[in-house]
Amino acid sequence: MISARNVTLRRGRRVILEGVDLDVPLGQVTALIGPNGAGKSTLLAALAGDLAPASGQITIDDTPIGRWSPRALARRRAVMPQHTELAFDLPARDVVALGRLPFDPEPRDQRAAVVAEALAAVDGEALGRRPFSALSGGEQQRVALARALAQIGRAGPEAPRHLLLDEPTASLDLLHQHRLISTARRVARQGVGVLVILHDLQLAARCADQIALVGGGGVQSGAPSAVLTAPRLSALYGLPLRVIHHPESSVPLVTFTEPT
Amino acid sequence: MSVAPARSMMIEPSSRPRWLLLGLALALAALCVVAIGVGALSLSFEQVVAALGEPLGLPRPADLTDLHVNVVWGLRAPRVILAALVGGGLAVAGALMQGVFRNPLAEPTLVGVSGGAALGAAIIIVLGGLLWPEGLGAASQWITAGAAFAGGAATVALVVALAGGTSAHTLLLSGIALQVIAGAGVGALTFIADDEALRSLTFWMLGSVGSATWPAVAVAAALMAPALILAFSLSRPLDALTLGERQAHHLGVPVRQIWRRAVVAVALLVGAAVALCGVIGFLGLVVPHLVRLLIGPSHRDLLRASALLGAVILVGADLAARTLAAPAEIPVGVITTLIGGPFFLGLLVQARRRVSP
Repeated sequence: MISARNVTLRRGRRVILEGVDLDVPLGQVTALIGPNGAGKSTLLAALAGDLAPASGQITIDDTPIGRWSPRALARRRAVMPQHTELAFDLPARDVVALGRLPFDPEPRDQRAAVVAEALAAVDGEALGRRPFSALSGGEQQRVALARALAQIGRAGPEAPRHLLLDEPTASLDLLHQHRLISTARRVARQGVGVLVILHDLQLAARCADQIALVGGGGVQSGAPSAVLTAPRLSALYGLPLRVIHHPESSVPLVTFTEPT
Repeated sequence: MSVAPARSMMIEPSSRPRWLLLGLALALAALCVVAIGVGALSLSFEQVVAALGEPLGLPRPADLTDLHVNVVWGLRAPRVILAALVGGGLAVAGALMQGVFRNPLAEPTLVGVSGGAALGAAIIIVLGGLLWPEGLGAASQWITAGAAFAGGAATVALVVALAGGTSAHTLLLSGIALQVIAGAGVGALTFIADDEALRSLTFWMLGSVGSATWPAVAVAAALMAPALILAFSLSRPLDALTLGERQAHHLGVPVRQIWRRAVVAVALLVGAAVALCGVIGFLGLVVPHLVRLLIGPSHRDLLRASALLGAVILVGADLAARTLAAPAEIPVGVITTLIGGPFFLGLLVQARRRVSP
């Protein structure tokens, strides 16, 4: 489990978030939602170990994140960033295979199998041989996800893993958004702690066990039904919103109060 | 980081890199034999092989004289081997710099090593007469080489101390700044140098493998072998750096440590090359490019193929340098720059076309 306790995050001198308490439990999907510039990516960077908190403590499996070696940390958590830009144009399959770097050396067959599974999970078997730069934005995002999935590998109770996704659906079409959500759920069922930044509140409501609202310099988290309420969301986004209930499922639907 | 046995990241490795490596190795061997045979005293392919094989107990053919054997072992073999070592070393240094800075236009001069080395050498060449008025004799070549190596190493240490902990950009800018400062130092020394010093300084700045001796080969090998092993151990972290510093960190790569190791390897490779052969331009920039065009950017094959191709090119360029205007010798740096310059311009034009189609 990744835990933040009373964490303050700064970029330069600017305080982005203060007094953050958040757990990313194993076996669950936690969705981060909030307006632009609220600090979602900053929080994710801190939970990934990229950014040291100005105060407070972040731990992975009860060990402070700063005490993990880069390699040991890479065996516990994988990150899919918003953008992937290659300095030299590798084939997509080689990009995915880099996800196995923290486990090197590992048997060639095993690595090949994990990489193939990861590509299949993003519907990307056909992309493997193509140069990364020749892929569309959505295809690049799927390959980046496959890279992170390859790094998670075959998670089990003996190897607790965490998957942090920074706006993974940004360039995806509806089908692949849906697939991404199922993949996140499936990975969580295998015992992985998943943290995902989403802008689509419906997707967040459908896939998350826990939702964290990031805004106003702080974070509030809870079950989707407890967090996704009209007053809270309206205040968070500064926009009058209504929450209604889907006739066939328990998932709350968020909508504008009036057409604009 | 453990130095794991390097293995390709490719899942279904194309056989192309393997063929290229094999082809380059064969080409290098053949070119070395040819280069040893060509010169004022010309030897046939069989004669060179026989002369090289003599210490191994091969029988001496009738047409092979002591003179032949002495020319092969005393003059041409060390020269060819030094050219191969220096060419390979410079090319690997270029591939390392391009990987570390994530920029295909990076080259070894960018960390200041060649400028610092040139300054070290220039100090001895120009001021040596003041320091040792009675002359240095045989030791002068070694003192110059030592000063060049020390100058290169000191510059790199300074660059790393100034910028090693921050970002690749700062590292790059510090290197360029020190390169320029060292260049100004060399310029000042050029200004005060007497005619004789000026001549040897100019010749040195143009690069040459002409002073090759077995001790020089031994020194080059002793400095470059550990640097090459270090370089090859960095191939997978450099692949990860292709994705950027942040993602490399996500993949467990200790980025700063990789930078430092790469810079140390570059300092050893380029420091040794410049100390023994002067400044030989553009190999470090051009060779990794050619290799990437042929087999792609995966660093394990890139580094190995660059080493071989760099060796082939410098052995070939040195052969051209001493035969094109025989009995005079063209400085080999002029030959490599004559090839490298137009190639570099071609790359720029190509890159511009890609940006604005």
